[in-house]
Amino acid sequence: MLRKLREDKSFQGTILISPTLLFMIGLLIVPLLLTLVISFGSRAPDGTVIYGFSFHNYVRLFGIRTECAGGESICFDPIYAKILSRSLSLAFNTTVLAILMAYPLAYFIARAPLKKRNTFLFLILVPMWTNFVIRVYAWMMLLRTQGVINGALGWLAGLVGFHFTPLEMLYTQGAVLVGMVYEFLPFMILPLYTSLEKIDLSWYEASADLGASPFRTFLRMTLPLSMPGVVSGTILVFIPVMGTFIVSDLLGGRQIVLIGNLIQNQFLIARDPTFGSAASIILMTMTLIVTYFYTRKFGFSEEIVVV
Amino acid sequence: MNPHRRSPLVVVSTALVYFFLYMPIVVLFLFAFNSSKTNILFEGFITQVGPTEIVSGNVIQSPCGPFHWFCELAKNVEVRNATRNTLTIALISTLTSTIIGTFAAIALQRYKFKLRTFSEVSLYIPIVIPEIVMGIGILVLFSQLFTLLNSALSLIGDSQLTLGLTTVIVSHIAFSVPFVALVVRARLHGFDQSIEEAAMDLGANELVTFWRVTLPTIMPGVLSGALLAFTLSLDDFVITFFTTGPGASTLPIYVYGLLRRIVTPQVNALSAVWILIIFVAVFLTQRLQSRQAY
Repeated sequence: MLRKLREDKSFQGTILISPTLLFMIGLLIVPLLLTLVISFGSRAPDGTVIYGFSFHNYVRLFGIRTECAGGESICFDPIYAKILSRSLSLAFNTTVLAILMAYPLAYFIARAPLKKRNTFLFLILVPMWTNFVIRVYAWMMLLRTQGVINGALGWLAGLVGFHFTPLEMLYTQGAVLVGMVYEFLPFMILPLYTSLEKIDLSWYEASADLGASPFRTFLRMTLPLSMPGVVSGTILVFIPVMGTFIVSDLLGGRQIVLIGNLIQNQFLIARDPTFGSAASIILMTMTLIVTYFYTRKFGFSEEIVVV
Repeated sequence: MNPHRRSPLVVVSTALVYFFLYMPIVVLFLFAFNSSKTNILFEGFITQVGPTEIVSGNVIQSPCGPFHWFCELAKNVEVRNATRNTLTIALISTLTSTIIGTFAAIALQRYKFKLRTFSEVSLYIPIVIPEIVMGIGILVLFSQLFTLLNSALSLIGDSQLTLGLTTVIVSHIAFSVPFVALVVRARLHGFDQSIEEAAMDLGANELVTFWRVTLPTIMPGVLSGALLAFTLSLDDFVITFFTTGPGASTLPIYVYGLLRRIVTPQVNALSAVWILIIFVAVFLTQRLQSRQAY
């Protein structure tokens, strides 16, 4: 045994990896498989799981109902399909907004003098590591009817003598979008910065010397070279937005239900773990499909490691 | 041409994004000093020091003066319990995930073995699936397992297996390990193995070589991994939310619970303390990293 441990390289590797593998199998692979198994089952009246093999949870998720108000045997009820498409479009919008906001900032830092870059990056890391829940709370304070933004707007309106009725901003789609962008913006900035920072500053000079306008330089040099950062940032923003439920819960009220809220609700309130599991499997599949096609098209790069 | 020159459009939009990032934080801080108990409008600072005096929901005098809500926070038993839980979970999960994650990184970087590809893929999964999927999976596992065990061993009452600190800790280990392994591997990647060979040639055995040569060299990577695991654990909401049980709330879970009820400036005081700690921690980490770079 000891001799084997000293000489067999493959055995040594297996020993070193096994504790990690134990955790990965026990708390990742097995749970995911169990979720899949349960999603084919059905709910017992007391909220426990009856194992089985039926696709009824998935069929229900995509809008086909078997118990209809009008007495038909099958009808279309788009409530869950709407939740899925709302989650997808919110994730898409958040990602696009995050790219638009992160790009100039990342570019600014990348072209700043070396010594100042760390300070600018530091200012990104502080909000990024501030607790997620606390950041949502900050936006609750800002957006509510008697909140800070309405207060500031009212004060400004008072200065110029306008009559001002406070805006209803909290519990809207917009509030959820702003909250999501705020939560995940740093995860777009950092990979973008990493890729922009690799562009040697002399290249900008070379491009200008060769007669390219700043716009042309951006389009033909900067943008293509920063694509790995855009791709990594997109993955780092899109995936968590798809699965987050606190932002919509606290900033969207009951109105804006995303797939994350649906899953949470099925497990903790509606007590149908089988339907919740099906939603979870669909969520995972959607993000894996998006990631797969996105990375196949643009490549997977080291910028993904921002932390 | 000055290569550091940027167009005014870039400068202005950068300033706006920084404003967007910091305005909420400034507001959080300001309202931690609010005299209004309901904390909807900012009614001004608490200016007088003396025994607590509240007039129609407004604190006008407090033994701690403007820091009234920070003192209230320190007295809050629930906050103390949540802090203790948060730190216990973070310390144990960081220690475990750093050790086993470092082993995993060494195995993946240095050795060829049967389950290699499987291990690599499984370590990437937590990074590319939404956290809620993993949280739900673990919840399903534990609830099914505990139901089974409780009835098989006919456990009743307090001896029943339930969700709690232990389930949170093992879940935190599971989601931190991939990140530790990733960071340590990056460090091992640039490692010059000839210094290990030199140590062995000079008569050191594998263990001594690992302890005296390999480990000190990769230590910065291991420390960054540990710091990352610690922060991820402190910060985690989603997985903790699904794996915690009665009496095992962490700070994020506690704050979330409050936000759905009535919020006093205590939450702001808590946020302010938290942000200050993060500020110092990020500052120290950056200093540490930039010193290593030279």
